[in-house]
Amino acid sequence: MYWDERHETIRPAELEALQLRRLRETIERIQNVPFYRDLLAREGVRPDDIRTLDDLHRLPFTRKQNLREGYPFGFFAVPRKEVVRIHTTSGTTGKPTVVGYTRGDLDRWADLIARAMTMIGLSADDVFQNSVNYGMFTGGLGFHYGAERIGMTTIPAGTGNTRRQIEMIEDFGVTALHCTPSYAMHLAEVAEEMGAGLESLTTGMFGAEPWSDATRRALQDRLGITAFDSYGLSELFGPGVAFECPEQNGLHIWHDSYIVEIIDPATGESCGPGERGELVVTPLIKEAMPLLRYRTGDITMLLEDDCPCGRTQRIARFSGRVDDMLIIRGINVFPSQIEHILMALPEVGDQFMVYVDRNEHHLDEMTIHVEVKRQYFSGELTDLARIQQKIVRALRDTLELRTAVQLVEPGSLPRFEGKARRVVDRRSTV
Amino acid sequence: MAANEFIIRQISVFSENRPGRLAAIAHALEEERVNIFAFSIAEASGFGVVRALVDQPDRAHARLTQDGFNVAFTDVIAVRMRDEPGGLYEVARLLGEAGINIEYSYAYSGPAGAVLILRVDRPEEAIAKIRGAGKELISSAAFT
Repeated sequence: MYWDERHETIRPAELEALQLRRLRETIERIQNVPFYRDLLAREGVRPDDIRTLDDLHRLPFTRKQNLREGYPFGFFAVPRKEVVRIHTTSGTTGKPTVVGYTRGDLDRWADLIARAMTMIGLSADDVFQNSVNYGMFTGGLGFHYGAERIGMTTIPAGTGNTRRQIEMIEDFGVTALHCTPSYAMHLAEVAEEMGAGLESLTTGMFGAEPWSDATRRALQDRLGITAFDSYGLSELFGPGVAFECPEQNGLHIWHDSYIVEIIDPATGESCGPGERGELVVTPLIKEAMPLLRYRTGDITMLLEDDCPCGRTQRIARFSGRVDDMLIIRGINVFPSQIEHILMALPEVGDQFMVYVDRNEHHLDEMTIHVEVKRQYFSGELTDLARIQQKIVRALRDTLELRTAVQLVEPGSLPRFEGKARRVVDRRSTV
Repeated sequence: MAANEFIIRQISVFSENRPGRLAAIAHALEEERVNIFAFSIAEASGFGVVRALVDQPDRAHARLTQDGFNVAFTDVIAVRMRDEPGGLYEVARLLGEAGINIEYSYAYSGPAGAVLILRVDRPEEAIAKIRGAGKELISSAAFT
């Protein structure tokens, strides 16, 4: 099912022409933003100079820090009276970032979310519970208006009062749910405690934090749903940038609205299909706050093969943040990759720690501490050494990096309740 | 012939190679009033296995597990040796000639004589060879 079949299945040649036209319009509009006017003048680029999509790559990146420096309205490309809504992103490091929307922006944003929902089979026949924060967080109102656009019966449940949320699912016959994957796990637990079967639920849409395939399986089993990954960020409207189709194998980017690049975050060089790097997005349909080559900080890769659903341009599910990336002897390593490798080994416990040092020859050394699960301890030193070698090999095969592995006693690694801090980089202190 | 009578459960404890770990194990055993007949430490890079023959293996296993250690039982055999030059050679030659491989071994020597503790690849055969040569094996009944 398509909401906007023409744009969702657009042919490559037609797409390129559309993207180019919209990119030029964006560059035209962006002259109203002092930051970009100065930037384009400095680079000597005028709108007419953008003749092909490749010309975009001559422009510098925009970073979150740039947006912060424009606080509060420095990045608006339209007069304030044309801005009909403001959201902000959380200001965990410094001031929040302000994003603005014109009436047209809100209309296009709702359409993008309507596409995603229609893609996974939702329609006016569905009852939708939106269990995310309705405040400054874009996930609340973003999904709300998308759901109303396709005519779903929409329940603005917000967060909290989980028992009441479960009662509403049962009493209203809710079929589709949107929340964070961690809240969905909590919901499943509470529903099990309450003995609520949640029989009406068929579809879950989860986003705002990376989640693994193991979590997907758990959510699908426990809630009796099909679970889809949703991606977006406030600077690009919010949710609705990319979304999984029924194949559940990567997320489709709405490429008529967003030009995507994957770059090596350390060098800025572009990555080929299948190479993980940072997602960089140039939105093509934003009026109030256009951006050029915005560095999302999110790690993914382009998927090359065609999707049976008929839509094109997919990116892999997200595997972490650039901020977490380590550069070890010039090789980019993400803690999420290490976690993925370790969790695939049955002998290894759930916790791990990564230590990075610089040795006497000025070479980086990465040491990973893991616990061996009790049932895999035979009592023999040779078996332990074999497990250690197996872990070293698995890490080397994927990371292409020699890593030292230290087996530690069970229970000796730190357990984290909030955000885990599993990497200790000791290089700068030497 | 009940070969199993001579298969002794050695307690094997995974330990990180850092100060205080042996003390933690030994202290737990002291508190449980478990006596150690013999022990050795095998070490690899950064970690090791503490191996011990104790008078109450189940009690030791339960306590160390409760303290969070990785603990396992390993089958070994214990042979009485002559506590004089050639005593070790006698036992080692016996196994070597039978093609039985010694994976590791440790020994103690006390007033009651010398004992060689062996981890071998084919314990039942080793027991038969040793007994056939008239040597004495320590029964597992000594370690309950």
